[in-house]
Amino acid sequence: MMAAALDTIDRDIINLLQGGFPITETPYADTAERLGVPEAELMSRIDHLLEDGVLSRFGPMYHAERMGGALTLAAMAVPDERFDAVAEQVNARPEVAHNYARAHDLNMWFVVATEAPERIDEVIADIEADTGLSVYNMPKLEEFFIGLRFEA
Amino acid sequence: MSADSTPYTLDEIDRQLIAATQAGLPRVSRPYHAVADELGLTAADVMARLQRMLEAGVIRRIGAVPNHYKLGYGANGMTVWDIADADVAAAGAEVGALPFVSHCYRRPRHLPLWSYNLFAMVHGKDRDEMDHQVMEIARVLGERSRGHEVLVSTRILKKTGLRIAA
Repeated sequence: MMAAALDTIDRDIINLLQGGFPITETPYADTAERLGVPEAELMSRIDHLLEDGVLSRFGPMYHAERMGGALTLAAMAVPDERFDAVAEQVNARPEVAHNYARAHDLNMWFVVATEAPERIDEVIADIEADTGLSVYNMPKLEEFFIGLRFEA
Repeated sequence: MSADSTPYTLDEIDRQLIAATQAGLPRVSRPYHAVADELGLTAADVMARLQRMLEAGVIRRIGAVPNHYKLGYGANGMTVWDIADADVAAAGAEVGALPFVSHCYRRPRHLPLWSYNLFAMVHGKDRDEMDHQVMEIARVLGERSRGHEVLVSTRILKKTGLRIAA
């Protein structure tokens, strides 16, 4: 995937909006003022960044476990000739939030997020039944501090 | 479980608000008013609920999630390390504090197939930068690392984030 062509204003928008978007009456206008651009320009630039896939999401990021839900990371070893078909089967499940192809014998890694913790095992069993492949469940046992933001 | 990870109890209106906003906020001057209109709530109620969920950690943050590939981070690796169970908490804290590590978790082994119990995601503009990041983690871990691998992502197959039903 090629890096997108971004100008300085796009970069400022991405860097600022990773840090947060205010809960105010007119949050776009408030953010636009900090950036020194008109509100309408900020809104149309966000639309373009979303359309171009530079931003994958814009809005509240919900935390599954704090909502009483559950998250896990799971991996599969998918034969190359079935890879795209299996990706479709896995991605078709709404509980699968992210899925990445990785260069390894375990070549498909995905995140399962469910509202009810007991659903995790059911979703994994369903994926095993759909695909006939083993799913290795790797829930996080401990989370270490993170703070990275991607500098645009 | 620590006190700050106690699940927050969502009521029916919170759930409707989550369902209405999890795909994103609308591009209108007063987005919280637009969400309120859609749900038959007042904007003040929507904003107060979002603020409460933010403070409770139910919302990690409100903002933008970039696709790091499109920002030029072309070399993204999931580094995985085999660390003795007795050492993994301290090692994880040290690795998680490195500035180029975006996520760092302890996860279960699946022996004999999978012996790695510490996962750290690293992101470089190119392979060379990422290789240096991996070397830096190896230096920090020293002899505590009994083996490691780097799983480079070759494609994003799906990235939608969490979805809950209303």
